[in-house]
Amino acid sequence: MEKAAVSIKDMLKKDQILSAGHRMCAGCAAPTIVKLMGMALRGPTIVCENTGCLEVATTIYPYTAWEIPWIHVAFENAAAVASGVVEAMDVMREKGRSEDEHVDVIAIGGDGSSFDIGFGAISGMLERGHDIVYMVYDNGAYQNTGIQRSGATLPGQETTTSWAGKVEPGKRQRKKPLAEIVAAHKIPYVATVDPYHYRDFIKKFRKALEVEGPAFIHAFSPCPRGWRSQTGKSIELSKLAVETGIHPLFEVIDGEEWIMSSPSKNLKELKPLDEYWATQGQFRHLKDPKWDDFKKQIRDQVSHDWELLRKRCGLE
Amino acid sequence: MTSVEKVPQDKITIEGLTGDAAIAHALKQSDVDVLAAYPITPQTIIVEDFQKFAADGEVQTRVIPVESEHSAMSACIGASAVGARVATASASAGLALMWEILYCAASMRMPIVFTVANRALSAPINIHNDHSDGMGMRDSGFIQLYCQSSQEAYDTTIMAFKLAEDHGVLLPVMVGIDGFILSHNVERVEMLPDDAVQKFLGVRVPVQPLDPKNPITMGPLALTDYYFEFKEQQDEAIWNVPKIYKQVEAEFKKMTGRSYGMFEEYKTKDAEIIILAMSTMGGTAKAVADVLREKGEKVGVIRLKMFRPFPAKEIAKAVSGAKAVMIFEKAMSFGAVTSPLAMEVKSALYDLEKKPMVVDFVVGLGGRDVPPTTFVEGYEKTKKYVEKGKAPLYETLGVRK
Repeated sequence: MEKAAVSIKDMLKKDQILSAGHRMCAGCAAPTIVKLMGMALRGPTIVCENTGCLEVATTIYPYTAWEIPWIHVAFENAAAVASGVVEAMDVMREKGRSEDEHVDVIAIGGDGSSFDIGFGAISGMLERGHDIVYMVYDNGAYQNTGIQRSGATLPGQETTTSWAGKVEPGKRQRKKPLAEIVAAHKIPYVATVDPYHYRDFIKKFRKALEVEGPAFIHAFSPCPRGWRSQTGKSIELSKLAVETGIHPLFEVIDGEEWIMSSPSKNLKELKPLDEYWATQGQFRHLKDPKWDDFKKQIRDQVSHDWELLRKRCGLE
Repeated sequence: MTSVEKVPQDKITIEGLTGDAAIAHALKQSDVDVLAAYPITPQTIIVEDFQKFAADGEVQTRVIPVESEHSAMSACIGASAVGARVATASASAGLALMWEILYCAASMRMPIVFTVANRALSAPINIHNDHSDGMGMRDSGFIQLYCQSSQEAYDTTIMAFKLAEDHGVLLPVMVGIDGFILSHNVERVEMLPDDAVQKFLGVRVPVQPLDPKNPITMGPLALTDYYFEFKEQQDEAIWNVPKIYKQVEAEFKKMTGRSYGMFEEYKTKDAEIIILAMSTMGGTAKAVADVLREKGEKVGVIRLKMFRPFPAKEIAKAVSGAKAVMIFEKAMSFGAVTSPLAMEVKSALYDLEKKPMVVDFVVGLGGRDVPPTTFVEGYEKTKKYVEKGKAPLYETLGVRK
């Protein structure tokens, strides 16, 4: 079994699973996330992916950027496709028709396909207990179809279906707490990750592969095109999202044991959300004083969620 | 093709089975690797019976009790992609929920066997038989085989794997039985011994599976420059079906003495009016033809089994000597020129120099009974239309107007 590559030295030696030449946007964090996932792999792996930016931009026929077996079927069904893959591999091994001792199966979706349209398939996959790692790369909107709001879109975020206008401050609703909902399925492992804290990412992804049964990784994935952020700032933005409590880093074991990860645990206090908003054009409208009350609601909500999470993790 | 032999009668198991149970037994003997399904009436017994086989350790199959039919077909594609033999079952609304993924299964060339207890589509919600589900998926790229009896459902399910998995085809197959009329009706079924089925089918040999040793990308994005070529190849593949189906049937016949053809012809040789129907209506039509023949009427029956690909030339030839083709079909295409089966038949006859009249009757929607008297009513009308030389594009029978 291959070791996870956590140090830079080992990372340089590990085979990349995504080649250069894909057509993701400049500054998009998703390819970095896939490469970090690759650093965690322990051997033969099959990837099943939902429709999304990553899918369309890495597999434009007759080219592919994927160095490992990969399948895409539709927008909302990678969890179901992966269920079929993992069960088929197992039974074919039992019947002596597969030489691979073990094949890891990973399903990937963006936030639209994971928080919204493919949520039912994920829930089914989790309930049935297949040995699959599901990873959502969350860039906060349907970026592939032109930046429409999703269940992962943040309050105050402007998208092409949650415009900031004279009477609206962007999306008004809170973000669906997907990792918590997934953890409520009482599966062996849930973790949130981001590409800045890459060691944390790789170690968690490896843990997700190693547990028996379903595991879920929620990866924060800045999108310069949709967020109107600088292309060179995506990794810094990931760090800032952790520091402001937008994307706290934690693990949940068996749906019961909540563990705050060091980068979040070591924070004395959260940085002001205004710092995060200031980095992205999609929050620019929030500077208008007429949204002060709305901003306060968001700040209160984030700090409330943060305190609740700390409590769950036994940090009081 | 493997070489099979005639199975001696003492190796045959005879049981009274519903259409659903017959399919469940066929799936069991076909050594399916993965079956993913979601419950829906009147298909449920197929999966219930199969789950019982699994619970008793009689099959080496991973059964995935998915949370929706959409996921059922998706899981089937995943399993088929790594090279497994795969099946699912559904009906009506469940089939409709799969619709998006049906196209993916066919276009990604996954040889999945999909048994369907054909049932009406909502609304109003109705659990009984018609063919609106099957007709709704007719352009998806699935091969479609409709069965008349439990025996045929058993035989066709087994043959479907061989047809689907043939490297000249590699397409999914829908095996249709009439909901309740056949799915829940007990008939005598002759079952083959397990080893005969295993020898007939062999183990699936995938062409290009997802395999870590030979990584490939499946289901990529193909735009204006390549999408059309995928479709062209898919179209070529489905037209390989008649030839390969014939080979599969010939081999099955060697083993069992039974074969069905793309359609069944009954007393059509000198027939002036040919009744054309699918599935269990074929049985009624034949009984009606017998009675009418006794009265001196020159009537015959074609019971169509293969709707996709549609055997256009063969049907045209088979009806070319008749004065009229009287179609009985259980689906409507709202706002279309006529109904699905009649559209196919009319198109098939277009190039004939001397065309029989096509008379189309939509019957039996939502499980409305189609008794022999309805056939006689249609027959009398057809005779009048032939005399007049003109018939409506389609009409309904057996419905309050």
